[in-house]
Amino acid sequence: MFRFIARRLLQTIPVLLVLITASFLMLRLVPGGPFDSEKATTPEIKHNLEAYYGFDQPLHKQFFNYLGNIVLHGDLGRSTKYSNRTVNEIIADKFPVSLELGAWSLLIALTIGLSAGILAAVYKNTWADYVTSGIVMTGICVPTFVLGPLLVLAFAIHFGWLSASGWYVWQDRVLPALTLGIVYAAYIARLTRGGMLEVLGQDYIRTARAKGASETRVVLRHALRGGLLPVVAFLGPAIAGIITGSFVIETIFQIPGLGREFVNSAFNRDRTLILGTVMLYAVLIIALNLVVDVVQVWLNPKLKFD
Amino acid sequence: MLSLSPKKLPSADLAPAQLEQGVSPWRDAWHRLKRNKLAVFGGVTLIVLVLACGVGPFFSPYGYEQTNLDNTFAKPNLSHWMGTDQLGRDLFTRLLYGGRISITVGLVATFVALTIGVSYGAVAGFFGGKLDAFMMRVVDILYALPFTIFVIMLMVFFGRNIYLLFVAIGAVEWLTMARIVRGQIMSLKKMEYVEAARSLGFGTQRIIFRHMIPNILGPVIVYTTLTIPGVMMLEAFLSFLGLGVQAPMSSWGVLIKDGAEKMEEYPWLLIFPGTVFSLTLFSLNFLGDGLRDALDVRSAKD
Repeated sequence: MFRFIARRLLQTIPVLLVLITASFLMLRLVPGGPFDSEKATTPEIKHNLEAYYGFDQPLHKQFFNYLGNIVLHGDLGRSTKYSNRTVNEIIADKFPVSLELGAWSLLIALTIGLSAGILAAVYKNTWADYVTSGIVMTGICVPTFVLGPLLVLAFAIHFGWLSASGWYVWQDRVLPALTLGIVYAAYIARLTRGGMLEVLGQDYIRTARAKGASETRVVLRHALRGGLLPVVAFLGPAIAGIITGSFVIETIFQIPGLGREFVNSAFNRDRTLILGTVMLYAVLIIALNLVVDVVQVWLNPKLKFD
Repeated sequence: MLSLSPKKLPSADLAPAQLEQGVSPWRDAWHRLKRNKLAVFGGVTLIVLVLACGVGPFFSPYGYEQTNLDNTFAKPNLSHWMGTDQLGRDLFTRLLYGGRISITVGLVATFVALTIGVSYGAVAGFFGGKLDAFMMRVVDILYALPFTIFVIMLMVFFGRNIYLLFVAIGAVEWLTMARIVRGQIMSLKKMEYVEAARSLGFGTQRIIFRHMIPNILGPVIVYTTLTIPGVMMLEAFLSFLGLGVQAPMSSWGVLIKDGAEKMEEYPWLLIFPGTVFSLTLFSLNFLGDGLRDALDVRSAKD
């Protein structure tokens, strides 16, 4: 297992290098620099700014400086929009918010998704199953940017129970986390139902029942482990989706997280901030995918680390 | 349903002429599809939507950018079926025009993804070996990358160009198609009927086009149907963030964005586009699921 993890980590290095080079070149070669604002800047100011960020140096020198700073100091450079802040500071400031939002969403997705999926599988082809499937289909087909505003309309504006924006008290957190999590709850429910149905038909479940294990024990202890496999495999894409989903959610609910910051930085052509955020997301997604792969093998002895 | 009446079915099944004649797999799939109520519902809804968006604007008395400042934020009524927006533009007309954009983006970007995915997957599956291992490793790596983030970067830096939108989305969505096609081609290569065809002296070209392609067409069609809603969702996602289609043109994503901003006082501006867009995604998913059940011969119950 350690060999597996070590090899995967080694494979990550060239991937990140390619990614960093591609993003770096893309951001440098496209028209429109970070200092082309509507306000006219004199050539001297622009020149000084470029010198300050080192943008006046040859491209390869800029690139190796940037790479060197990351590798040696973990330093992602200075934001070109907020000239008194470093990208590291901005990330340290905004990322915890996005992380919390993502964690709540994932928790909601797993809680709702797993319970609904197990219920639908145990009570297969009854009304409970049909109702769940209907809700699942709705969750998959109604996009977050429709669902979010509709939930706000209902629970924040009409009933006034929860808040529509901000990130201070728990009432602020419910709607964004629910909106972001519900799609994945739907997918997880569908996968759990399928996985559980397949497992519940197998011989070892019959053996467990024959031993006299209670139905609850059979379902939760014996079947769930096998039934969870497709869900675990889905967690990698789900986490990536929650990260990108947070761009829209943080915009709708005006949450001061990194997702909204990323979208703004793209509009502001804030090169260093964009690069830093992309790197962070890439590392995060790759790391979480690795965790998912390890858990998958741990749950299913038939798979092997290779 | 449209299928044969139950009384006629048994005798038709037993008729010897029918048995000898046989039914082509496509015809068989078509019969199975027709029996799936949700899939039929999805298909019919899609046809209606496409016709409405394609032909509807010609019959509308309003243009998509025709403003009327005396009649802003009108509630849905007989002359404006879905009301009007902040500039007095007819929402129904804008919804139809927006549908053209959204559906076009869905189809064209899916076609881009289809082309890349099928060729990539077919090459990897057909040649196999080290080339295949390398190509699939690339796909694995790309899977792990935050690709939507790249699309956002592309859209911001190259301007909000609709043609770029096609390519950018298509370039993101081809990965799964490549995997599916590769798997199909690989398993088909080993099939006995391909070997049989070869031993009968058929050329490679005939084997590929006459024997292999029709057999991977099923999964490809199914997955294409399921890619279209994903692509339309991504377009709406970008438009919602302000990175998609630009005013005064509209797409469903733009309309939803505008509606969400004003939903507090004028909820219909969100509800109509939201419902139509969700209905489209519903229909595409139902149709895709139905096609999967209908075309997948192994899981067929009859």
